[in-house]
Amino acid sequence: MTLAPADVAPQEPSAAARSGRGRGGLASYAGRRLLSGVGTMFFVLVFNFFLFRLLPGDPIALYTRGRNMDRDQLRELRRNLNQPIGTQFIDYLRNPFSSGVDSTQFSRPVWDVIGDYVWPTVVLLSTATVLSAVIGIAIGIRGGWKRGSTFDRTSTGITLTLYAMPEFWLGMVLLILFSTGIGPFPGIFPSGGTITPGLDPWSLKGILDQLWHLALPAATLTLAYLAEYALVMRSSLVDETRQDYLVTARAKGLMDKLVRRRHAVPNALLPTITLVFLNIGFVVSGAITVETVFSWPGLGLLSYEAIRGPDVPLLQAIFLLFSLAVVVANIVADVVVAAVDPRVRT
Amino acid sequence: MSARAVRRARRRAALGRFWASFRRERAGLVGLAVLAVFVLLALTAPLLFSPDQLKVTEATGDVLAPPTAGFPLGTDESGRSVLALVVWGTRVSLLVGVAATVISMAIGTFVGISSGHYRGVPGSVLERLTDWFLVIPFLPLAIALATVLGSSLLNVIVVIGVTSWPGTARLVRAQTLSVEARPYLERARVLGGGHWHQMSRHVLPNVMPLVLANTTLTVAIAILSETTLSFLGLGDPFRVSWGSMLDSAFSTGAISAGAWWYLLPPGLCVVAVVLAFTLVGRAMENVLDPRER
Repeated sequence: MTLAPADVAPQEPSAAARSGRGRGGLASYAGRRLLSGVGTMFFVLVFNFFLFRLLPGDPIALYTRGRNMDRDQLRELRRNLNQPIGTQFIDYLRNPFSSGVDSTQFSRPVWDVIGDYVWPTVVLLSTATVLSAVIGIAIGIRGGWKRGSTFDRTSTGITLTLYAMPEFWLGMVLLILFSTGIGPFPGIFPSGGTITPGLDPWSLKGILDQLWHLALPAATLTLAYLAEYALVMRSSLVDETRQDYLVTARAKGLMDKLVRRRHAVPNALLPTITLVFLNIGFVVSGAITVETVFSWPGLGLLSYEAIRGPDVPLLQAIFLLFSLAVVVANIVADVVVAAVDPRVRT
Repeated sequence: MSARAVRRARRRAALGRFWASFRRERAGLVGLAVLAVFVLLALTAPLLFSPDQLKVTEATGDVLAPPTAGFPLGTDESGRSVLALVVWGTRVSLLVGVAATVISMAIGTFVGISSGHYRGVPGSVLERLTDWFLVIPFLPLAIALATVLGSSLLNVIVVIGVTSWPGTARLVRAQTLSVEARPYLERARVLGGGHWHQMSRHVLPNVMPLVLANTTLTVAIAILSETTLSFLGLGDPFRVSWGSMLDSAFSTGAISAGAWWYLLPPGLCVVAVVLAFTLVGRAMENVLDPRER
């Protein structure tokens, strides 16, 4: 009995090899990752459900804080809460995206409010992620290839310092330097928002004006994120330089530049690329504080306003949305890496 | 020599070896010195500035005044000395950083060792749980928890502690698996050692060095988290921390007033302490990981 699985196992690789160089392997790997991602999402849903039912005190009072509700609405809410926890949970699972509860601050369904705030966050975070990945990887490659050089030591020092900075503080410092203006620094950048009021967002002037508004928050997040990418890229390149295949590449007379570009960097890129995707959770955390500092009307600023309320239904929805975004990013990261590197398909 | 004396002597020797190699890590030593200064500041804060200087009602300075001889770092929005606030803030930031890390390490080590030790269902359940918590984004979770629990110093510690353990758990689990494969654990099992004995006497001492190196890095992250939570208004409203100073600076318009003296000191302190913990942690990792030498 115990031998049976071992007898089958050796045949699997040959079967995969027959179906076109491991392509089937990728599909089944992606399938398994998707399945475990669904498991994780379920966990997030359950967690989100119970987290906000652990609130001390009267949940109705908390849900409706600072808002007048008529007697019928209150009775309806209380009727829902009086149902058995199992029934409540099934209701919640059936329709997690329209809990029927309005935001206590905006008096509108929470997902409507969130819909208004999504795009500024997407624009800001994607700009910062692309810039920080490109710059961070470039710094990491240069430092890791010439380990111990002046550039390496300076860049490691700077990136470690950036890594130690609260990103919202960095934002405030940039704001006081370049928006308020101190001493020799002229206040040339706007202090907040996405556009000067009154401009048409789709005219040329409007687009330039929006880029102008984007500059400081995007620069803040780029500086905050690039530190980790540079550090990880550097250390994985350093690991790669110890591998035998690089000795071979050099021994056959390849130029140093080509050894780096064709052999070392492609292999060392994988952990960094994974990190860029896995970092969505960290990126989102940065957005909450930095959007607040720059009054950038995205989900981060919305979270800040929801905390100050506190607007529990809105917080719950934002938490769910952020968690789901991270789960999806995780699956994408695993599948992308598996597509590039067959070694990880296990 | 009794068994205990032998053990003590061995431990002392191991510690001596560790210190001898740590001393060669220059960045780590700088970090250690910076930390010593801040710990000293935290301990002597009541001697340097009387607690009265933190009271808004007893404030003597002008509102948001730039640095002068009387107030070397200027004043805040209610006329208190920024220098006194920063020195007192050291206490909360260090306390939260260390206490939260202790909680996080305890949970992480326990879950990590158990999930590596128990094969089969319990182990894989714990492993799954770790993976799930690893996925949930930290700040939104911490915000949700802090809103649920309310704001007090203890709650901030608990929130950071219970949200930051999965990384440690995963690290400890990997190390536990490699320790469990060694022959002396088989010997312990054959001699009839129970699960608790195996985990506490054989696995834990071997995992501990790694946990300690990881601890210093976790303290750095915990301090950053405290700063962020306090900035968002989720810290203890009655205590001054670097994060709460940044919160007041932001919400009382220190930025548009150009009050750099209010903004820079708390932020620079955070950077210095977090960087110091990171440098010490990296140096410890270098010492413990022979590959790097």
